[in-house]
Amino acid sequence: MMRYPETREAMAALVQPRQVHRDLYINPQVYALEVKHLFSNTWLFVGHESQVPNKGDYYTTQLADQPVIMVRHSDDQVHVLYNRCPHKGTKIVIDRSGNTGKFFRCPYHAWSFKTDGCLLAIPLKKGYDGTGLDQSEAAHGMTAVGAVHNYRGFVFARMAPQGIDFETYFGGSLSSFDNMIDRSPAGRLVVAGAPLRYLHKCNWKMLVENQTDTCHPMVAHESSAGTAVKIWESMEKPAGMKTPPAMEIVAPFVSPYEFFENMGIRTWPNGHGHTGVHHSIHSDYSEIPGYLEQMTAAYGEDRARAILGENRHNTVFFPTIMIKGPIQQLRNFIPLAADRTLVESWIYRLVDAPEDLVARTAMYNRMINAPTSMVGHDDLEMYERAQEGLQVQAAEWVNVQRLYEDGEDFTQEAVLNGTTERQMRNQFHAWVKFMTATLPSEAEATQ
Amino acid sequence: MTPAITRDDLIDFVHAEARMLDEGRFDDWLALWMADGMYWMPLDWNQQDPIGETSLLWEDQFMLRLRIERLNGARTFSQKPKSRCLHVLNRPDCDLIDNAAGRYTVVTRMTYVETRLDDQFLLAITARHDLRWHDGALKIAQKRVDLLNCDAAFGNIQLLP
Repeated sequence: MMRYPETREAMAALVQPRQVHRDLYINPQVYALEVKHLFSNTWLFVGHESQVPNKGDYYTTQLADQPVIMVRHSDDQVHVLYNRCPHKGTKIVIDRSGNTGKFFRCPYHAWSFKTDGCLLAIPLKKGYDGTGLDQSEAAHGMTAVGAVHNYRGFVFARMAPQGIDFETYFGGSLSSFDNMIDRSPAGRLVVAGAPLRYLHKCNWKMLVENQTDTCHPMVAHESSAGTAVKIWESMEKPAGMKTPPAMEIVAPFVSPYEFFENMGIRTWPNGHGHTGVHHSIHSDYSEIPGYLEQMTAAYGEDRARAILGENRHNTVFFPTIMIKGPIQQLRNFIPLAADRTLVESWIYRLVDAPEDLVARTAMYNRMINAPTSMVGHDDLEMYERAQEGLQVQAAEWVNVQRLYEDGEDFTQEAVLNGTTERQMRNQFHAWVKFMTATLPSEAEATQ
Repeated sequence: MTPAITRDDLIDFVHAEARMLDEGRFDDWLALWMADGMYWMPLDWNQQDPIGETSLLWEDQFMLRLRIERLNGARTFSQKPKSRCLHVLNRPDCDLIDNAAGRYTVVTRMTYVETRLDDQFLLAITARHDLRWHDGALKIAQKRVDLLNCDAAFGNIQLLP
């Protein structure tokens, strides 16, 4: 496997305007550098505050391969700490969620820490008298991530202590979170049940690229969505029978190319973007009785109709988050290795809205994103075949030039034909930006 | 007519159902179901709600038929080549035998093995069959399949445990 110099130039050379190098997907060294630079300099998803409603509640997860704890501190703020005892390295908690009371206590030597990470007590502490413990890294307690931001209940972290602030990083893309949350008459979401956990033996970028790949559904999903349409058309149906929710969900996957061309793609700076500017596969779901009335009472009719009229398809928050605002779903792509990605698919309940909405969302989640999903099976098949195919040394590049235009400026928001691969190019532009931000140049590295 | 279903009948039914899945006799398998029968595979341990939370499977007869037709489709890429599966059953427990009401509950511990190409995985499962006497035959009203490691991260599970 190619071993690169760890410099800005070496990493930037892997991305060209119309194609990217296969080592972005298969090289373990590139993955290790991503953890150190790309995933540290960008903002990643941690969890939702409703997973830790009370003081001392915690939830454990990972930022790439880095184990962390999201915990609600005594001042009601949500903190994100690395899940590592500063003493010997033991993970402090390993259950996925629980309540730790006022402090964490390491199960190995009983060092204890406040829920903001500060060292609280060490048994037989006199053994450290005169040893200069206060000069040690261990005395600082559990290390916090570089920065945490709670955006309307969604908790994000940047691992690097210094770097781009949350609002500047996400910019206009936060409008997709706003639309998802505003769909609650109370302006609030609550997590609904456990996430699907789907292990993919492929690089994380394949999954993230696929979120705005509008030329695959009618091909890869013909076997599920296409077959569903055929069965439905062949069935004898009583007159006036409503289309069942399962058909509303799956049938649009096999819409013709024109549907996807016309839906549009919007890209924002820093690698974010979404499909479904004008309409999407979520546009034609049937109305849930009583919901519009609740929304109108909360927001007024014009605002309620504007919120519900925005039906964005997939919004990618580079590098590793995707949400579907119209159905309150968030998919977190957790990169575990160059060839391993854990996908966690969460759904949320709209506070003060009819239960039928979360029922439809739960149906979408299991039909499309479960390890048992007929749709997911064919996606994963494509990613895993690509992961194996990219081993071919005789062909080095992956093509991303559909609807490429000279002089594309990724620092500006843009709206384009829905089948462009510009959002993929936008992601790679951001990949170079945040991957190289903290790498030395060739000249610096040789000094 | 009141049925006279015995414990042996129920055990035979559950064994025959598993064998149909293992041998890919899916049309025979679909004929075992009530028209409103549901196949449930919870995502969470002791999950009670199949509607307002995500499950791995909560499928009605339309979805099961779609699943079966997809498995046989010409452009079903994740089934080129096809998967194979095997259910290895423990002796089923017949928790309810109510011939007067035509209702029966059978709980079966089993291991489920699925393979494709060089990969094979194993699931430890508890299957609960709620059966009805309907039109002179036993039919499945609900099949609940609890995976021992339901909260683990899985790759593709393509056939029916």
